[in-house]
Parts: sequence; C-alpha cells; structure tokens
Amino acid sequence: MKTITIDGRSIPFEEGQTIMDAALAADVYIPHLCHNPEFTPHGSCKLCNVKVNGRTCSACTMLAAEGQDVINNSKELNDARRAITQMLFVEGNHICPGCEKSGNCQLQALGYHFNMLDAHFPYFYPRREVDASHPDVLLDRDRCILCELCVRASRDVDHKNVFDIAGRGINAHLIVNSATGKLADSVLEVDDKAVEVCPVGAILVKHHGYEVPIGQRLYDHHDIAEISLMTEGGGSDE
Amino acid sequence: MYESLETADNRENLKRVVIDPVSRVEGHGKVTLLMDEENHVREARLHIVEFRGFERFIRGRPYWELPVLVQRLCGICPVSHHLAAAKAVDQLVGVDELTATADKLRRLLHFGQVLQSHALHFYHLSSPDLLFGIDSDAKHRNIVGVLSGYPDTSLEGSKMNIGLQGVKLRKYGQEVIRAITGKRIHGTGAIPGGFNKALTVEERDALLVDIDQIIEWGNAGVNLTRHLFLSNHEYRNHFAAIRSNFMGLIRSDGAMELYHGRLRATDEHGAAIFDHVDYRDYQDVLREVVKPWTYMKFPYIVSLGEAKGWYRVGPLARVNQCDFIPTPLAEQARQVFAEEGGGEPVHSSLAFHWARMIELLHCAEGIKELLLDPDILGGELVVQGEKRMEGIGVIEAPRGTLFHHYQINEDDLVVKANLIVSTTSNNQAMNESIRQVAVRYLDGRTLTEGLLNHIEVAIRAYDPCLSCATHALGKMPLQVELLDAQGERVSRLAKNSDGSLSD
Ligand code: SF4
Repeated sequence: MKTITIDGRSIPFEEGQTIMDAALAADVYIPHLCHNPEFTPHGSCKLCNVKVNGRTCSACTMLAAEGQDVINNSKELNDARRAITQMLFVEGNHICPGCEKSGNCQLQALGYHFNMLDAHFPYFYPRREVDASHPDVLLDRDRCILCELCVRASRDVDHKNVFDIAGRGINAHLIVNSATGKLADSVLEVDDKAVEVCPVGAILVKHHGYEVPIGQRLYDHHDIAEISLMTEGGGSDE
Repeated sequence: MYESLETADNRENLKRVVIDPVSRVEGHGKVTLLMDEENHVREARLHIVEFRGFERFIRGRPYWELPVLVQRLCGICPVSHHLAAAKAVDQLVGVDELTATADKLRRLLHFGQVLQSHALHFYHLSSPDLLFGIDSDAKHRNIVGVLSGYPDTSLEGSKMNIGLQGVKLRKYGQEVIRAITGKRIHGTGAIPGGFNKALTVEERDALLVDIDQIIEWGNAGVNLTRHLFLSNHEYRNHFAAIRSNFMGLIRSDGAMELYHGRLRATDEHGAAIFDHVDYRDYQDVLREVVKPWTYMKFPYIVSLGEAKGWYRVGPLARVNQCDFIPTPLAEQARQVFAEEGGGEPVHSSLAFHWARMIELLHCAEGIKELLLDPDILGGELVVQGEKRMEGIGVIEAPRGTLFHHYQINEDDLVVKANLIVSTTSNNQAMNESIRQVAVRYLDGRTLTEGLLNHIEVAIRAYDPCLSCATHALGKMPLQVELLDAQGERVSRLAKNSDGSLSD
C-alpha cells in the first residue's frame, strides 16, 4: 500500500485522497475550519497548513503522494494556526459569551485547542448586517468567517444556490441570492443543509438558543480534535 | 477551561459597547453639595452613571439572546438581569405560566443570587464599618480587618469568625448558581418559556449538605445586624435619617416575594398608595423624569407627582412592606424588625443592613425548601405560546425592583428596550440621605475626611450598583464638592482608592 509519513508516522493512502483525507482516515487530526469532508475542499482558512517535504501547503487540497514527509504537529505550525485563529476573531464581531453557538462553535473550540488567551491583534469591529427577515433562519454576518460551507452546501446539496461571497479582501462578505438580497425572498428553508453546516453562529435556526446546558455542549468536555476524529475520522478499524 | 476565553472576549465587548460602569465613572463616585445663602446644605447630588449604552447595544439583536446578553450589564447581579429579561421574553413567546419545574428552578437560582449578593454586601463591604464604627481607623475597615479584628463575637449563634462566615455564605450562593446554570457567573439557564435543565440528585444532595449551617449563619447575621443597629443610638435615629415612600413586588397574599408578584407602594406611614398592580402596567403608576445634571433618570409615583413621588426600593422596602415572610425564621426576625417601627415602616437608612440580613435568612430557608421539593429534579421544562410584540419582566433584584421592558419587530429583533434598575429607583433617596448626613456633619465651609467617610457609609447602605461602591470600605474612591449659593466651589476633597486624600 502507498504511504506518506505524518509527524514520523506512516499513513496509508489511496489514489486521489488528499493529505487531509488520508490523515482523517487514519485518525490523525489536522486542524481545519473551512474543510468539511462532506464537501469539495476549499483551501481558504489555512488552518490545515502543513509542511510537505519542507514546503507549506494546505492539507485539505494537496493530494497525497508517495514519498511525502508531512509535518503537522509542530510548534511553528501551531503558532501560525493560533495567529490565524486570532485574526479570524478580530476580523469579525465574535462575542462568545452572548452567542448561542458558544460551546458548539468550531472557531471557539479552535481557540481553546490552540490555547488562545487573547485576541493579540486589534479588533476591526466591522459593520456588518444582520438579516432576520426569514421566519425561521437568522443570518448574523458579524460571526461569518467566510468559509463558504453554506455556499457549497446550498449549491451542491440543496441545489438552490442561496449564498455567495461578494467583494474582495477585507470587503468580502456573504450575500444572499434573491431579488432583494434578503433571506426572506430566497428559497432557503430551515431544513436545508446550508443552514446546518455553518461551523460558527452565523446561520442559526430562529427562536432557539442556550437550550443545551453548559456542561453538555459539544466542546464542553472534548477538544475539537477528539470531536473531529469521532465524527469525521476513520473510526474503529484502527 | 472555557472560562478564560469567554472572559477575555467579554472584556473587549465591554470596552466596545461601553456598558462597563467602571470606565464610565472613572473610578470615582462624585457628590456635589449645594448650599443656600445661609450656608446650609440644601441639596446633594450623587452623580452616578447608568447603563446608557445598553439600549443601543441590545437594539437589533434577536429576542431569544436577551437573557444571556443582559447578564453582561452587571458583574454583581448578572442573574437578576438574566431572570428579569427571561420573564420579559416569556411574554414575547406568549407564555404566561411556566411549568412547576421551570418556575422553581428559576426561584432557586434567584435565591442563590440574592444570598450571595447580600453576603457580599454585608460581610465584605459594610460590616467593617458597622462593627468598628464609622470613625474608626481606615485600616480596620476592610474584609481583612473584619477577619482579624473581630474574631470571636460573643453574640449568640456565631461561633465562627464573622468574616469567614461571610465568605462561606457567599460561596454557597455561588454554588447554587453554578449547579443550576453551569457557571458561577454568566452561565445559561432560563430560556424562552422555561428552563434548560433540572438539577440532578447529586447536585441537589451536594447543596443539601451545608444548608442547615447556612441557615444558622444567616440567623446569626440577623442577630448581629440587629444588635449593631439597636446598640448605636446615633446610627439608629440620626444617621441619614429620612422618611420616604416604599415600593416593591408583593405576593397575592401579601407575602414577601422576590421572583414574581405584583407591585405595592406604601407611604411613609405604611398606608397603601397602590397595591397589587400588574407590573405590565407599570407605566400607569410610575413615570421617569430626566434632570439636566445627570444621565440617571428619576422615577416617581404618578399619583403623588414628581416632587413627592420618590420612593425607596430594596431590602428595607421589602421587609417594611410585606405582610409576612413565608419562611419561619425570617418571619420571626421580621416581627422583631417591625416592632422597631412601632406600627410604621422603619426609615433609618442603616436599617437596610438589618433588613438585608433578614432577607439573606429568608433566601437560605427558601433554598432549603426548594431543594427538598422533587419538582426541581425533573418534569416538563418549557412551555410554548403565540408570539407577542412586547414583553415586560420585573423581579426583586438584591438591590430592589428591576424592570426590563422590550419591544420586538416582525423579524424578531429588539427595537426598543427600557430598563429601570434599582439604583435608579433609589436615586432620590440616596441624594436625600447624603444631604441629611451633610447637614448633620458638615462643619462650616470645609470638607473633612470625617464627612467624606459619613457620606460613603450613607451611599453604601443602599448597596448601589456603582462600580465604586463595590470597593472595600475605606477604599471607595469618592470625590465631594461643596458649592455656595452662587454655584462657586468653596471646597473640594477627594479620597483615592488607596485611601489617600487630595483636593
Ligand atoms: S455563514 Fe457560516 S457557513 Fe456561511 S460562509 Fe459564513 S461562516 Fe461559513
């Protein structure tokens, strides 16, 4: 069987698998945020950056190939990942204590994973719009990290194309494909995959929140690495 | 593990929306004394800062976030804001009656909050002053002074060092909060129409272990404050002695009620001004005026008018106003308290401390009752109803009646928020008390440290939720100005948080 090494460990892979795929299948956690194995890789958040034979690449888009020596869990990479997480925090308006996604949020969980103790960078406090027009779904752009998971889910699974990203760089923002640009006028429904897939608290089902008590939330007692391998990993054949 | 990130993030949040009272008062309480032509102090103004940024902060947010968001308003009684907002949100989702389990869990949570807040206030902040006397050496006047200087009270019931009892009482209240909401501060619990979890048997049993001890200490606290109050003639009859109306929630049978009831107001003789008013109609009986010299509003009772309609809220109001307290030891204590009034309400500002301890005892007894009630261990948690556009939640917070009033739009976002916090209601009373103190203790036209200390004690009796009031006694940063009839400053004295004086 073909193999690569990740942090010195030999990992098998099949033709066509990315480094991320191979790692998850072998229950090796490579931090990631915009990646969700159910969707086409996007390679935008850069949290899954690894060193492949000395060069930095995104594990979620880089195909695994014989002879690759991958470094994943190093201080240098984790420091950079922490800095990326901090940047994500300051670029949006992420106010964990008031957010109903708290305890179930991947961005917050990565903050804990990387032992992020402060924001380090100055806050941007961007002005972003809340779209509460839909009767069942709330879009709070303050918390959007532009991972495009909702874009991919709506396009590829729901076949509705409700979401898109407009603007570039710091002006990039999530838009709704409807005549008015409002969710109420889109074809989005509360059971759509696009509603469920948001890793942070930007797309939420209305009228609910804080129903899971503290202590029973997803990341209360489990690190995101554990949860990721539990839900996305190769599982029992290890 | 989760504490650090949530706290770190919050700090930034406070800075941004400017709801942090610390930054707003810049670490100082400020008092202006205005004299008339004869150099008599005619008016005192305590400049305190209200949560002005709050309305803006909350506008545009979805209603179901409110009970959690508003906890950020106040670091001292977040649970009170949580519950007042939750009661308003119940109405927004069209729920008028909760399940027995949800109702009792909220009550238990509230008792825990009032217990810990009252313990903090009396044992950490005020008892040093009452135990050692207002004029005593400033170095005694903090919790360390209490721990070391008053080790063995000969008073019945208190075998342990009084300061340590205070620490443990507070901790117990915080444990109740933690068991119910998952965290000692800023947890989650109340949700629209109910509650998110019942207590487990283990959590209940853990709280039951110490409750009898807590009740005993509560009782000792009542005895101590009663003794201190009655043994000092000056405190009792002259210090910040003002007469006023009172207002607060009351149960349908006239019992003391901290979580849910109707509004009662009584005049200085104890006669009813209004009674059993549905708090959703509060705007019929209460109105707020704005004064040019402060951001803080002055609420008053409509039927009495702006000049005469001010009132006091909080422990003194509640203990004076209720017909009885529905737990036995606290009720006994209330009867002794009522005798002091001789058929009328007790008005002395320093009686707040005594009333506060009676309530602490009531909370301890109330916690025990609820812990022994099987409803808190399970059952239906949430009720659903039809959406409404307006919700008003009122609760008796540790410092007094707290109003949360919200309006939402078709999209479920908050468009209007109005809050009346207890410190706002006590605003005029605090000014009156300070004026009283100044009249009695101001010597000539120069401010002295003694007067500053007396003013500080008068303010603190009300337990106002000023950030500066939470500093240990003797360390409350306070600035006092004396103005003559022409508005010219004749004297100024400031005490810094390290206790040093400057002018
Ligand atoms: S709304 Fe959520 S899923 Fe969509 S781009 Fe933003 S963060 Fe990603």
